Amino acid sequence: MSGSEETTSAVLPAELVAEFDELLKCYPERQAALIPMLHRCQEELGGWIRPEVLEAVADYLSMEPVEVYGVASFYPMFFLKPVGKHVVGVCHNISCELRGARDILAKACEVTGAHPGGTSPDGRFTVLGVECQGTCTNAPMFDLDGTYHERLTPDDVERILGEVE
Amino acid sequence: MNAPPETYLLDRVELEGSHKLSVYRKHGGYKALKAALRMAPEEVVGLVKDSGLRGRGGAGFPTGLKWSFMPDPEKDPRPRYLAVNADESEPGTCKDRILMEDDPHGLIEGILIACYAMRVPTAYVYVRGEFRKPYERVERAIRKARKAGLVGENILESGFSCEIHMHKGAGAYICGEETGLMESLEGKRGHPRPKPPFPAGFGLWGNPTTVNNVETLFNVPFILNRGAAWYRTMGTESSPGNILVGISGHVERPGVYEVPLGTPASRILDDWAGGVWHGRKLKAWFPGGSSTGLLPASMIGLAMDHDSLKAAGSMLGTAAMIMLDETASVVRAMEVILRFYDHESCGQCSQCREGTQWLHQIFARLSRGNGRMEDIELLSSLANGMAPGKTICALSDAAAIPTHAVVEHFRDELEACVRAGGSPVTEQQPVTAEADA
Ligand SMILES: Cc1cc2nc3c(=O)[nH]c(=O)nc-3n(C[C@H](O)[C@H](O)[C@H](O)COP(=O)(O)O)c2cc1C
Ligand code: SF4
Ligand code: FES
Repeated sequence: MSGSEETTSAVLPAELVAEFDELLKCYPERQAALIPMLHRCQEELGGWIRPEVLEAVADYLSMEPVEVYGVASFYPMFFLKPVGKHVVGVCHNISCELRGARDILAKACEVTGAHPGGTSPDGRFTVLGVECQGTCTNAPMFDLDGTYHERLTPDDVERILGEVE
Repeated sequence: MNAPPETYLLDRVELEGSHKLSVYRKHGGYKALKAALRMAPEEVVGLVKDSGLRGRGGAGFPTGLKWSFMPDPEKDPRPRYLAVNADESEPGTCKDRILMEDDPHGLIEGILIACYAMRVPTAYVYVRGEFRKPYERVERAIRKARKAGLVGENILESGFSCEIHMHKGAGAYICGEETGLMESLEGKRGHPRPKPPFPAGFGLWGNPTTVNNVETLFNVPFILNRGAAWYRTMGTESSPGNILVGISGHVERPGVYEVPLGTPASRILDDWAGGVWHGRKLKAWFPGGSSTGLLPASMIGLAMDHDSLKAAGSMLGTAAMIMLDETASVVRAMEVILRFYDHESCGQCSQCREGTQWLHQIFARLSRGNGRMEDIELLSSLANGMAPGKTICALSDAAAIPTHAVVEHFRDELEACVRAGGSPVTEQQPVTAEADA
């Protein structure tokens, strides 16, 4: 590990660091672990990547924070700003569009109170239009917190989002 | 329907517990690996060459030939890798996901045979970040296979060792392009690399690497088990075997179906997908994902194979048929697709970065009623500036090809759109501009 282990350990829980130590064994170069690490940080540490987390990750990999930022900001799945407690990604690419994605997005916004691309005033939901999710024959669909919901009708949207705590 | 054609790719997915090692084994699993380990690696490459298998990731490159580009490890002792392309993000495409979720051992066996043939000790499976379940299924299957002595050191006591690692992407389409994938796997932005050098000489961390699609590798154990001659009994002379066709959009039964290459698209639409939905007529279709040229309904008799579609000015691509019925707006569809390429262009090449942005804006204004007749020529000239072969990777081509096709086959609709002051079909009006952000 690099010189400033203290920065890392103050922000990254020991279990995560242990996981990352294992992860590094899969690659000949440390940096290769970056994207998988960012995923784990986002999952475990509040749903988005806070600046101090980004710095701790950089520190762990002996990279400059600005380099890590450059990579993280390239990938749409990483949030560098706070998001709602739940994230709904409605596919708005062609196959879903042809089967009513607009109505799904509109319904998701109506039910949650979020604008497309934004977070509801109560902070519970972020609703995004996302690109093809690789389940086009089950259109239209959305991804709710990492789980796909497929062949949706607006009524399904109301029910599924209504059941979220 | 005529007699149903022979299948093999999806034969196991309906079985109870199809993702489990025990089920896979009961149905002949890992026999092909055993057979391969008794052959010389070059013989395995030769067999795959003889089968005529072509890549299922979009470009259709002959797989055995690709494998033979890997340098001889005796002469080139650098580390060497297989990168499995499980990024599956071409709009319309959703076949690799099924194989990973419901038959992960079939993929693992294919990976192991490919690694043996190329004498590669390390494989990475690059899975798009959103594919949580497919990722977990393959990861678990690797763990089971390792326990059974099928992955890791000295596989089945053969002296051959091979490690398979899972790796997650994070939502960027360009990371499906093979050199973008390698950059991303190295922990960088997914910026494609200029070719040459090609991956076989300079791939992951500058070392010899082969990139193959999931479905491509999935075909390999069947070829080992049943032979190259058997493989060539299906499909066409230059596109042998079966392929997974995803058919989506305006059809009665959207789904992923296994068909022999060369099957007429009309048959897939009618016999497998139940025809156009609501008894409507077909207007247009993409034969192989959004990067392939949009074709008019009159061309639905075309055979789904590399040569036939190329001759018709389109491409087989990923064999993802996207169907638009008579009420759909082709202009609106193009707006959606160009928004996508605009968003996904990595920005390294000005032709692509600016071209996709311009095309997106023009289709948007045509569909919203602010288009001009000159825009139609502008679409062609912009697309001419973007491809072929003018940029680092083929994303630019992927935006230019459907644009050319629309100007060629749907000029009337483009003109009608300008005259009517917008996309003529109300049912297909765009989502709010905000939602496109
Ligand atoms: C913009 C772009 C995106 C691509 N996306 C994918 C993809 O998601 N999955 C894939 O297998 N191939 C994709 N490809 C094709 C790969 O570059 C490469 O040809 C393929 O993975 C090689 O495997 P194969 O020979 O087994 O088909 C893409 C190509 C381009 C230009
Ligand atoms: S063609 Fe487009 S996506 Fe490909 S490298 Fe150039 S800018 Fe990036
Ligand atoms: S277009 Fe929506 S999942 Fe592919």
